[in-house]
Parts: sequence; structure tokens; C-alpha cells
Amino acid sequence: MLRIESLRRDRFGPFDLALAPGEACAVTGPSGAGKSVLLRMIADLDPSEGRVSLDGIDRDAIAAPLWRRCVTYLAAEPGWWAETVAGHFSADAPQRLAGERAALRLPPEVFGWPVARLSTGERQRLALLRALAGGPRVLLLDEPTASLDPDSVRGAEAVIAARRAAGLIVVLVSHDPAQVARLTTRRLAVAGGRPA
Amino acid sequence: MTPALGPLTPGPLDLALGAGFVLLNAGLSAALGLGLARTMLVASCRLVAQLTLVGLVLRTVFGLGAPGPVVGVVAVMALAAAYEIGARQERPLRGPWRYALGGLVSAGATVVAVAVGLAALRPHPWWDPHALIPLAGIVLGSAMSGIAIGLNGFTGAVRRERAGIEARLALGATRDEALAPLVRSAIRAGLIPVLNQMAAAGLITLPGMMTGQILAGQDPQGAAASQILILFLLAGATGLGVTGAVLAASRRLTDARHRLRLDRLA
Repeated sequence: MLRIESLRRDRFGPFDLALAPGEACAVTGPSGAGKSVLLRMIADLDPSEGRVSLDGIDRDAIAAPLWRRCVTYLAAEPGWWAETVAGHFSADAPQRLAGERAALRLPPEVFGWPVARLSTGERQRLALLRALAGGPRVLLLDEPTASLDPDSVRGAEAVIAARRAAGLIVVLVSHDPAQVARLTTRRLAVAGGRPA
Repeated sequence: MTPALGPLTPGPLDLALGAGFVLLNAGLSAALGLGLARTMLVASCRLVAQLTLVGLVLRTVFGLGAPGPVVGVVAVMALAAAYEIGARQERPLRGPWRYALGGLVSAGATVVAVAVGLAALRPHPWWDPHALIPLAGIVLGSAMSGIAIGLNGFTGAVRRERAGIEARLALGATRDEALAPLVRSAIRAGLIPVLNQMAAAGLITLPGMMTGQILAGQDPQGAAASQILILFLLAGATGLGVTGAVLAASRRLTDARHRLRLDRLA
């Protein structure tokens, strides 16, 4: 259970939300409403006040890196730090993630590719795979399929749905009402930095 | 027959000859439209005023024969170094950290290096201004340039690589893991000048201090020996200073919850 209580920072919040394992909540609202800030606060990437806990364990009670391995944020424009794709994954990831890699319509050779050669869509799918590789309990997705073609969108949604069936909690920022309807059961509308 | 070893001190007329050389350059710059003539003349005048003043002050301090003024001069040099480091930053740290971080680290590294230098040279008394002031000055200068380059490179790289750093943090990396490659390359950049200086010493350049000593009539071999000691001190102090400054900056740009805090840059 992910529990968020009066989470806020300067002009954003307070937000309250409780999600059970396997639940998915969409965060909707106009650009600049504070959707990304909400996800970053949940992941503790931005300083914030209020309480966030996972299965009764307060985030302040555990080290921040451990919290983020459980509650993983995926940025809309994900960053890269190594030259090749493989440099962003653990050594056993290509084998362990083969199924999801294929569902995301990425070839097995993708791990050997240089990041500079990837298209925007390939980057977005690899970033999703990278976020899943750590086995998070909560995934905070910031427009995860914004630059994907329809087939890849279906692949990404299938991967997310399969993880949800295994208990993953998802908070999704999406501007696509159809995707929100397909992927999520709950809705949190945000406007002007607060719940609308 | 060997020429007598005696100090070759230039007089006012000799300095005027040197100044003519600068004027020639300023004229060239004006003729070619480089726009450097004014800067060059201002810099020359500053050089004359600063060094004359420093010569006067140092003569007074040397004459006083007390440790207090000598340490005071070194403290002023350290403050000037702190200011220069802060002033060189394209995107400095916010608030007093801009000057405090570089200042504290350069002063600390200088204290260590000067202590080593004094232990090697054993002047009497230990604060003999003939040893302490030039030692502290040359070590501070080198630590200052290294730290200014290292810090500027580090903050620039962190801003540029923000997305990559945050991606690592979001996946559960610690702040040290996420910043390690940037810390390493900033320290390397900060150490390049002093490494070049060591490798080129004697072959490509005669270091300034050695040149001065030889011109002042000292035996070249003795001048070489003290230059070797000085270069070791410079390398040690700059290494300590750059590493300390970049590590401190990496702490300042993150917080205890392993967040990237670019809001702490001006």
C-alpha cells in the first residue's frame, strides 16, 4: 500500500492518495499544473513536506536510494549517463528482461547500441525497461509513451499491465484520455499546483 | 674565467626599456584593431603599482621581525585567493559558499604544503618571512588556479548532465555514485596545469622562481633544488585542494536525501 498524506512544497499540494498493490492512478491536468512535481515529490527527488509511506514504512525511515529503488520515477525526458545502452543495465538484465524487451519491440542487439544512435522512441522504451529492471514496487510514469508509435504504445501498455497484475502500483501522468482509460482505475486531477 | 655571481637588479631606466616593449605591443594591438591596447596598458600600470606596493609592504614586514605581521600578510593573500576563486565561477554556489568553499580549501591545502616546506627548509625562526611569504604565495597561487578550474568545470558539468544524474538518482543510486564520473573528470581538469608545469619544468620553461633566483645571482644547481621542492609542494597542495574543493562542492550540490540541488547554484 502506497500512502500519501498532505504532500506539499511551496505552491504545490497538499496531495493525498492511497493506492493498493496493483492499483493504477492517472494524474491529469494542463501543462504546468504540477503533475511532474507531484511524481518527483513522491520519489523524494524534490524536497517536500508531508508523509509518504509504502506498506507502513515511512520514506524518512529508510535511506533515500533504497526508497527510490522501491518507488521509481521515470522522467518524461529520461537521462543517460553511459555511452552504450548496456552501461545503463546490470549484467544479467538482457537475459532477465528478454520478454519485456521483446514486448517493447526492441531487438536483442539493442544493449550493444550507443545511446547517441537511439531514436527518441527507442530511448523512451529503453528507459521504461531500465526502470522496470530494478523491480520497483511503485512506478511513477511521466508521459511514458509520448513519442511512441501505436504498436509500441500497445507493447508498453501490455508490459505495464503485466507488472500491475503482479502487484506493481502505478502513478501515470498522461495527456491521452484513451490511455488513461486503458491503464488506470483511479484519477487525480491537478490544476494550479493542487488537487482540482 | 667565470663571471662573478652577483645580483642583477634592474634600475628605473632598465624598467623603462621593458615598458617600451609593452608599449610596442600596445601599438601593434591598436594598429591591428585587436582592442587590447587599453587592457594591456591598464594591466601594465596595475603590475607596476601592485608589485611596487608589495615590495614596500614586504620590506616593512621583514624589518619588523615579529611573526604577527608575517602571518597577517599570508592571511591577506589567502583572502585574495578566496575572492579570485569565487570570481572565476561561471555559475557560482549561492551565498557565502561562493567564496568560503574555495577559500577554506585553498587555505587548508596551503597550510599543509607550507608546513611540509618549512619542515624541509628549516628556517630560523620558523616564521622567517624570507621563507614563509614566498612559499605561501606560490602554493596559494597554484592551489587557487587548480581549484578555480576544478570547481568551474564541476558545476558546469553537473548542470549539463542534470538529466543523467537525476536518472541515476531516481533508479536508486547514491549521490556519490551518481556524481562519481563528474567528480573524477573535474579533479583531472584542475590538476592539468600543475602537471604540465612539472613535466615542462626546465625543458620548455624555466620556472619563474628559478629564473628569479638565477638572475639574483644564485647558483643554478641550488636554484634547481629549491625549485624541485617547490614543484612538489605545488603538486601536493593543488592535488589536495582540487580534490577537497570538488568533493565539497559535490556535497553542497546534493543533500542528505541524495537529491540533486541545482537550486544551490546562483
